[in-house]
Amino acid sequence: MSGATNREAVFPTRQSLGIMKSKLKGAQTGHDLLKRKSEALTKRFREITRRIDEAKRKMGRVMQIAAFSLAEVTYAVGGDIGYQVQESAKSARFRVRTKQENVSGVFLPAFESYTTEGNNDFGLTGLGKGGQQVQRCRETYARAVETLVELASLQTAFVILDEVIKVVNRRVNAIEHVIIPRTENTIKYINSELDELDREEFFRLKKVQNKKQRDTAIQDAEMRAKREDAEKRDKDKENEETGGGGDILGDDEDADVIF
Amino acid sequence: MAAPASAYKDRQFLAVIGDEDSVTGLLLAGIGHVTPAPDSQKNFLVVDSKTEASAIEEAFVRFTEERKDIGILLINQHIAEKIRHRVDSYTAAFPALLEIPSKDHPYDPEKDSVLRRVRRLFGE
Repeated sequence: MSGATNREAVFPTRQSLGIMKSKLKGAQTGHDLLKRKSEALTKRFREITRRIDEAKRKMGRVMQIAAFSLAEVTYAVGGDIGYQVQESAKSARFRVRTKQENVSGVFLPAFESYTTEGNNDFGLTGLGKGGQQVQRCRETYARAVETLVELASLQTAFVILDEVIKVVNRRVNAIEHVIIPRTENTIKYINSELDELDREEFFRLKKVQNKKQRDTAIQDAEMRAKREDAEKRDKDKENEETGGGGDILGDDEDADVIF
Repeated sequence: MAAPASAYKDRQFLAVIGDEDSVTGLLLAGIGHVTPAPDSQKNFLVVDSKTEASAIEEAFVRFTEERKDIGILLINQHIAEKIRHRVDSYTAAFPALLEIPSKDHPYDPEKDSVLRRVRRLFGE
């Protein structure tokens, strides 16, 4: 994981450092939220799988009872009613509708069974004999189908949740293992670049300062030299002046005045 | 993320692929539906020993892919065995596919495609 490859292509500026920092913060918040969502969904998912297991066993029993009651009908009617039933089926009395349930932002559809009133395709089945058994069989099967519908909703929820959990987990992992490290790398890169720039700038300033100091030292030296020069000249002048002035009374040999 | 509401709001029927007894019983419960003529389609298929696997497969495809009004597809487990590859590769949420036991073939949780998925997920 070299810093050069696993980071975003940005210019190392303070502005992009700010952007990256807020991005990292956003990624962490998103990661937390998604993780929580995934946990909630998984909890639900486990509950559903447990209920599926139960419902499947229950279905086994219910279907057995239903099959038995159908055998009773066959016995009572004294013949096979299968053909007759198949031919007289026209419109479904037993139907399902779907409703939705919201689990952490995921819509889980659930089936709900209902019977439409008024149409009875099998009014004549078992008219001769065994009508009672037929009636009982219908009730038993209706109950069995209700169990099946319940199981079907669980199973649908299972399939959808399975898919959603996979997607959410993939996102969680992507954020955790790709986006966050990359953003951190980018921040590190920008920081090091900025530090480098800082050092350069410091060095440059140092250089400038040195140069200035040197310059002023030279100037100072020049000034001092000049001043000393001047002073010396002043002194010379003074000396000259005192010399030049002489003493008026002077030891200078005046020429003898000859009258 | 989840299927949109339009994907399942019209699904109101159950379909069944099964042996004669299962189909008869379920029809008695009132799930049978025949669409109006001319293309009167039944939502059930009776399978006996003479039915070809291709016919079962065709019905399976019809119920799962072509018809949009079926919410739940019931199929006898021993019939699902005949088209197992189809059943196992079916992963859509709608219609829900349910393997049911029949009179002669008791229910075996080991063969159920969904239960197998459950087991695999929990690493058993």
